Formats: sequence, C-alpha cells, structure tokens
Amino acid sequence: MEHLIWLIPALPLVGFGIQLVGGRRLGDPRAGWVATGMVAASFLASVAVFFDLLSRSEEERSITQTLFQWIPVGNLRIGMGFLADPLSITMCLFVTGIGSLIHLYSIGYMKGDPRYSKFFLYLNLFIFSMLMLVLGENLLVTFLGWEGVGACSYFLIAFWHTDTANASAGKKAFITNRVGDWGFMLATFLTWTVVGSLNYSDINAAAVGGSITGVTATAIVVLFLVAATGKSAQLPLFVWLPDAMAGPTPVSALIHAATMVTSGVYLLVRLNPLLFEAGWANDAIAWVGAITALVAATIAISQNDIKKVLAYSTVSQLGFLFLAVGTGNYVAAIFHMVTHAFFKALLFLGSGSVIHGMAHDQDMRHYGNLRRYMPITAGTFIVGWLAIAGVPPFSGFWSKDEILAGAWSFGPSGKVLWFIGLVTALMTAFYMTRQVVMTFFGTERWREVELDPAHAATDPANAAHADEHDHHGLTPDHEPHESPWTMTVPLVVLAGLATVGGVLNLPFADGLHFLEHWLDPVIVHPHELPAVPTLVVLAGLATLGALLGIVLAGAVYVRRQVDPSLIEREVFAKGWYIDWAYSWFTGGPGRDAFDATARFDQTVVDGAVNGTAALVQRAGVRSRRLQSGQVRGYALGIAVGAVLMVGYFMTRMGF
Amino acid sequence: MNQNSYLILSAAMFSIGAIGVLVRRNPLVMFMCVELMLNAVNLSFVSFSRSLGNVDGQVIVVFVMVVAAAEVVVGLAIVLSIMRRRPGANADDLTMLRG
Repeated sequence: MEHLIWLIPALPLVGFGIQLVGGRRLGDPRAGWVATGMVAASFLASVAVFFDLLSRSEEERSITQTLFQWIPVGNLRIGMGFLADPLSITMCLFVTGIGSLIHLYSIGYMKGDPRYSKFFLYLNLFIFSMLMLVLGENLLVTFLGWEGVGACSYFLIAFWHTDTANASAGKKAFITNRVGDWGFMLATFLTWTVVGSLNYSDINAAAVGGSITGVTATAIVVLFLVAATGKSAQLPLFVWLPDAMAGPTPVSALIHAATMVTSGVYLLVRLNPLLFEAGWANDAIAWVGAITALVAATIAISQNDIKKVLAYSTVSQLGFLFLAVGTGNYVAAIFHMVTHAFFKALLFLGSGSVIHGMAHDQDMRHYGNLRRYMPITAGTFIVGWLAIAGVPPFSGFWSKDEILAGAWSFGPSGKVLWFIGLVTALMTAFYMTRQVVMTFFGTERWREVELDPAHAATDPANAAHADEHDHHGLTPDHEPHESPWTMTVPLVVLAGLATVGGVLNLPFADGLHFLEHWLDPVIVHPHELPAVPTLVVLAGLATLGALLGIVLAGAVYVRRQVDPSLIEREVFAKGWYIDWAYSWFTGGPGRDAFDATARFDQTVVDGAVNGTAALVQRAGVRSRRLQSGQVRGYALGIAVGAVLMVGYFMTRMGF
Repeated sequence: MNQNSYLILSAAMFSIGAIGVLVRRNPLVMFMCVELMLNAVNLSFVSFSRSLGNVDGQVIVVFVMVVAAAEVVVGLAIVLSIMRRRPGANADDLTMLRG
C-alpha cells in the first residue's frame, strides 16, 4: 500500500493541470466540482495510507518513498522523497479533509465570479504545495512546498486584484513571508554544514546521537523560529495575516486559518529532537507564542470587521501552538492545531456565509439578529464560538487546556506563561462572545445605518466603511438569506468535528490518549503533564476563565452595563501601532539605509565591475595597433621570432 | 658528393626564399618563395634520410608536398578573388584586415 503515498500530492497536481488546460471550458460550476473531486480523492488516498500505517507495529510506522534523485551535486544528494509517518499523515488527513470541505463550500461562494476556474486552479495548486511541505522527506522538498504555499497565498489574497487594497495586501503577505524564508534558507545551509544531510531522519538521528552541539542546535532552531514566525504569523511578522483577509473567505478559512499558517508549527514539531538540544531557543519560542497570543487577543477585541476579528484570533491561537511547542508539549500543539483547524475553518466559513447573505458587507456594526434569517449558519457559528472559547465539552477546551497544563509544568517561567495563556483564553472568550452577539443577536442595525449619519462621521475609518457599504449595496430594506447547500454542508460537518474533536486525546485515562500514542514514534522526548489533582484544578480555572470572559462580554454587549469604548481602546483598534511603526521605519530610516545600499551598489560594486571592463577595453585599444594588416610585417615577425627561438635553443641547450 | 653539399644548397635555397617573402610585394612571387622554402626543407629531409638510412624523412617529404599543393590551391584562389575586386597586385595595399 505504500505506493499510494505519491498519489496524495499527485492528485491535486493533476487537478491543477486540468484547471490549467480546460478550466475555462469546464466553467461554472463544473470546474469547482472537478477540483473538489481531486482533493477528496487525495483525502481518500491519505486515509488508505493512514490505515496502512495503523496496521503496522509502532516501530515500522515510517515509510520513505523516493521518486527520483532531484539534485545530485557532489556530496549533496537530494531525493524527491516523501516521508509518511504518524505526524505527516495526521497533517495530510486534516489538510485534505478540511480542504475538500472548503472546496465544496467555494463552489457556492464563488458562484458567478468571472475568474471562477482560476480560483480553483490556485486552490488545487495550494493543496499540492501544502502536501509537499508536509510529506517532504527532507528540508528542501519541504522548502519547495513552503514557497509554493507562499506563492499561492499571494495569488489568492490578491485574487480580486483590480482593487488596489487587495493587491497590496497580497504583496505585503509575500514580502513579510520572504523575511521568514530567509531564516529557513540559513537554517538549511547551517544544517547541511553540520549534519551533511537534509533528510529529517538524518537530522533527528544526529540530534539524538549528540553529534550536534547545543550552541549549533540553538542557532538552527532560532533560524527556523524566524521562518516559523513568518509563515505562522507570530510577532514580529504577524502583520500580513490580518491584511490577508482581503482574499475570498474560503481562502481565509483554508490558507490563513487551518492549513498554511500551521506549517511553521509543523516544521518545529518535525524537528523536535533538535529542539530538545536547543536550550534557550525553546524559551524564545514559548515567549514569542505567549506574547503574540496576548497582543493579538487585545487587538481582536477592538475590531469591527468580522473577518479581522477572526484573523487576529487566528494569530492568537497560533501563539498558543508556539507556546505548546516551546514548552516541549508537541502532542498538545498538534492536538490544538487539528481542533483549531476544525473550529477556525468553521468560523471563517460561517463568516463567509454571513458576508454572502449580507451583500458582501463585512462590518459587524451593520449586522444584528441574523439568527432569524440564517439559522444553520448561526447554529454552526455558535458551536465554533463555544469551541474556541474553551467551553467543555467542545474540542477547543480539551486542546487548549492541555497546552495550559503543559505550560504550568514548564520550568521556572512556566507559571508566568500559564498565566498569560489563561488571560488570553479569557479574552478569547470575550471577543468571540462580542462577535456572536453583534452578528446574530440584538437589533437589525443595517436597517438603521443610513438613518444615523453621525455614526459614520465620528471617525474617518467609519466613513471609509460607509463608502464600502454603499459600494456593496447593503440597503435598509435588505433581506438576509441563508446560503446554498454546498455552503451549509461543510458548516455542519465542521461543526460536528469541532464538537467532538476532543475525543482525539481525552485526558481521563491512558487508553484515551489516542493522539499521544499515535504520535509517540515521532516525538522523541515526551512531555510530562502535571499530576492529576493539579490538572483538574488547572482545567477548572481554564473553564472559569472562559465562562468569565463570556459573562463579561454579556455584561458589556447584551446588558450594556459597561461602555464598550472603555474596552475597545484606540491602541487596540490600531493593532498596537505595529503596522504604523513598520511603515514609519521602512519609509524613514529604512528608506535611507536602502538608498545607502543602492549607492554602495552603484559606486563600489558596479564600479569594480565596470572598472575592470574599462581597463580591458583600454588595453584592447592600445594593442589593436599591432594588427597592421601588412602581410610582410607579419612575415618579418615570424622570421625574427623563429631566428630568436633557434638562437635560444642553440645557446641554452648546447646543440 | 657528401651530405654537407646538400645541406649548404638547402640552406641557400631557404634563405633566398625567406628573403624573397620579406622583400617582394607581388603575392604570386611571395607564393613562389614560400614554395622555395618548402622545397629547401624537403631537400634537407631527403639528405638526412639517406645518410641516416631511415625512410621517415622521405615520408615527411611526401606529406609536405601534399600540404604545399593544398596551400597553393587556397592561396591562388584568394589572390584571384582579390584581383577581381581591385586591379594591381601589391601585398602592401591589402590592409583591409588591420585592427
């Protein structure tokens, strides 16, 4: 059965080829169905490989399949190889599974778009790249996928590129990711220098065998952390993700919530034996995660765009994943990655359904009481809300609790990390409640929008939103409608998964730790959770935090006991001025530095190159005079030369 | 007749040929001088071959004659085509290929 591995990425690639050749001829909606079918087939292939792995003994659950030698140069032998082990197959299952649901959803969502088949072309290419990233047997194949998903992300964010804002959001994502790719490349070079191979098996064996010194391991992991902060949108490189919401909503759900942004975490978990040797790099990962989680949660509280809230929430949840990786709690990281993929994809698709029903207006201040008009969307969205808020028994509770418990038992700084995580969890519950209340409950505010010009006039940002609102044509007499079945079926399936996802790794008995046992061959140094009594207390505190967040949000937004402007601070709404600081830096001192570099390039580097060329040219001008064209002159030269040579031989060599 | 006489004759022919190439301006005469030099060398080859009792030198002579014939064919063709383009035959005037 192992020959099926190559099929997993090959099927979306075939889908991409079909869309490339005949996508426009297939048209709307057949192109979408073909693309969906390909990803679904890839999911079936993943399931087949999964069962094959399951039928093997624990030590044999790692299959390497090398299709061909990709780059054979000197000592460097890079194969186009795939590695199927519990970790990569787990990723494959949820990438292709959620991917097919989102493809199905897109058939309805993108209906009537003039570039319908182009959208599915990019989606298929994305799934292919993501699977290459996950299945790659060495760092270079992973890097191929890494760049591929980055490029697809760029194409899809800027999908409606006629709008300048969308196009520049795409560019921002691409350029920010390049900073992270720099780290990936340097880490790869360093790994090659130290280990002499780029295969994961060799790298991890070298780490376990102790042939990589602690300092080198730390350097490699820090560079990979730079790569991961770019791709997984962590501080300081998270700025691209909120802007990436300019893309179509299925893209936000697939790429910018469920799959691509988790690849940084995947990479770190893949190299977990190396991380074990990396010393303080682990603390760096944990702190980056914790601080990102907190900062992003504060920003999410003050956003009014329904997708921006979810975007910052994604950044915050990814911070949790980094916290788990940094504290050595890899199983919890993968666990939360999977449950987060379920409920965040659900929330994004739900928001897409709302946007679809509300004439493409994304401002939550224009929503309200939508549960009357779109019951399925509202019901599934509420499931997603409870899951992300961490209310038991929904999936988010189990995975988030495991991360927090893991942080608690992590060294001296563990308690602080745990506390930051707890506060973030409380704020998560708060902003998600705010979103649900503003969208699905309360009064039908779009009916009064145009009667309330003061609302728009107070703040230039609001004025911009009002323009957008006119542009999209949300009028006071608009009747919201439920979405077609292709959009609601994925919602229902994901809602089911988000509810029961926790059974993957229930903490009650050892026999219920399915995910932990499944990942056991990959995780070299398992993490010890605190003893059971502590665990129960921590879980209780986490639940209390979540409920407190919901109650507080209820007090502010339902009963109106507190003025929301006390909480929705300017500094939060502006994202802590991080974007502003970046543009100030690149426009001011950064610009000068770039100009200085350009001048250095023009004068010194170009000067050296052009100077050499000029020198050669002058020498040529001088020496061309030797070529007089006089045949007898040449003959004389030959004769004199011959005489001189004969004279030399006769005097020196003693004839 | 000893070998020296042949070699002296050969050296004299070679010198006449070499001076002819250097001082004459008519391309045809220069060709003939080149032939003279080649045949001077041929003569010394044959004489050495005979005195050393080794036929290699005579073999080389045949080669030289073949190459000389080929060279004359190419050279005369060039001279002919130059004559067609411009009257007169003066090697010093043919400086079109100067740098």
